[in-house]
Amino acid sequence: MAVTVSKPVPTRWFGRIGDVLKTLFWGNRPFRRVLALMIFFGVWQFLCAINFDFFINFQLIPSPWEVLFATIDFVTSDPWIHFRSSIQRVFFGYLAASVLGIILGVLIGWFEAVEDLFLPPLELLRPIPAVAWIPLAILMFPNAESGMVYITFIGAFFPMLISTIRGVESTLSDTVLIRVGQCLGANSWHIFKDIVIPGSMPSIASGLTIGMGNAWFCLVTAEILAGRYGVGYITWESYVTSNYPPIVMGMLLIGLMGALSSWAVGRATNALMPWRVINKQGGG
Amino acid sequence: MVTMQRTAERQTLKGAVQVEGLSVVYRRKNYENRVLDSIQLSIQPGEFVCLLGPSGCGKSTLLNVIAGFLKPSAGYVLVDQMPISRPGADRGFVFQQYSLLPWKTTFQNIELGLKIRGVPKAERTERVHEYLNRVGLYKHRSSSYPHQLSGGMQQRASIIRALVNSPSVLLMDEPFAALDAQTRHMMQEMLLGIWDDLKTTVIFVTHDIEEAIFLGDRICTMGVHPGRIKSEIPIDLPRPRHFDDTLSKEFLALNRQVFNCIREETMKSMEESF
Repeated sequence: MAVTVSKPVPTRWFGRIGDVLKTLFWGNRPFRRVLALMIFFGVWQFLCAINFDFFINFQLIPSPWEVLFATIDFVTSDPWIHFRSSIQRVFFGYLAASVLGIILGVLIGWFEAVEDLFLPPLELLRPIPAVAWIPLAILMFPNAESGMVYITFIGAFFPMLISTIRGVESTLSDTVLIRVGQCLGANSWHIFKDIVIPGSMPSIASGLTIGMGNAWFCLVTAEILAGRYGVGYITWESYVTSNYPPIVMGMLLIGLMGALSSWAVGRATNALMPWRVINKQGGG
Repeated sequence: MVTMQRTAERQTLKGAVQVEGLSVVYRRKNYENRVLDSIQLSIQPGEFVCLLGPSGCGKSTLLNVIAGFLKPSAGYVLVDQMPISRPGADRGFVFQQYSLLPWKTTFQNIELGLKIRGVPKAERTERVHEYLNRVGLYKHRSSSYPHQLSGGMQQRASIIRALVNSPSVLLMDEPFAALDAQTRHMMQEMLLGIWDDLKTTVIFVTHDIEEAIFLGDRICTMGVHPGRIKSEIPIDLPRPRHFDDTLSKEFLALNRQVFNCIREETMKSMEESF
């Protein structure tokens, strides 16, 4: 009876080093993410260093180093008032947008009459960009601060509203889920609470994440309106005075705060949906 | 003797189903599709009836009307002399698809009907645990979301989710069609075990002849265009039944009889689709 035994292949030293490198770096997701940022800044620095000018012109663009120095200048000269003003505006705008967007979205998705009464004017207002609201925000609100909060609210509200409506509607379109409730004796309140709300959670969560990004998106617009403080204000002010490195710094700071807060929202909403498993291609 | 005792028992039980002149017609401009045509069906309390037929014969439609999901175009359904107008917990339903709510644990899924009815927490827990034990899912009660369960486990959970509410009738729409053959046989035996204890009326839709003979007291074969009940075949095989019985001479004879009965309709439905 012949039994073939596969001989252990002698591992070569470079093969082993390859394995070590693979587990330490390529297989390591934080490493891959840091690498992505390094490549991004590297390419940018390179394009500035060679004075790239082929359709897109990098000759006057501040390089990452210049932006870094501008950032050091900024953070060493009492930046907290700017951060605090901006974060506060985004926070209140976002909070109002979440509460109103989700409540209104659920009602529009659930009740036909509410849809008919509320959706047409909202759809009319939805395509209007935040910047177009500046004059009206100045006219409508008692002070600049509330006007600015309103501009960030506009940015966050519509994605939240639409995602919530779509979430509720897609759960309602799942005949089996609704029938499951019905044949357990559920009335419409039970179906709403036990099926429609949890069923639309993933959609509401994506609305919350997109809304967070959009609130930051509108920050510069909001802080054009008035003010002396705020990261968006600095960005705009530097543009007016042709001081380029702080513009890019302001852009990146807004990007950073937006990314961090979207990440936090993503973590929080995932914690609310423990039943979901996400398996990606090439994932462990 | 045993059969007579069973018959006597059944007369006092709930779960009589009466289908009277039931039609479901879908009308478009100048074309109408009679999905069900004047269905007449009478089911005894505690009886296990299989609706068998090729796809398109309206067997699922009939089940959906009895469940109250669909309104008939004509005729009516009585369950224990009460006309059906909408879905309710007195008619438990097991779907072909895996239909546990993904955001509830196994326990919460099964408990839902009792919770909706306002049964106190302690009693709910006791009842749910009893049923979980019966189908061997006790250890998966609270730690598992449906996606962590196998297909067979999910269908077992769906069955007890319906049964824990003590329905008069259990309606099953090809509940084992998506399972592998091995699991399917185990599920069939398990279902018969539960049914033997609870004596709930079961209406079981399937297109699998062996499954229908193995499970049912009676098979109603259905025909297409229009959808109707073509014949009713009593299955007098002794109970409890085991999987080995599917090889017996009686079983094979019944298989042939039922096969011949639905063959013509299957041909008809195949021709339609070409």
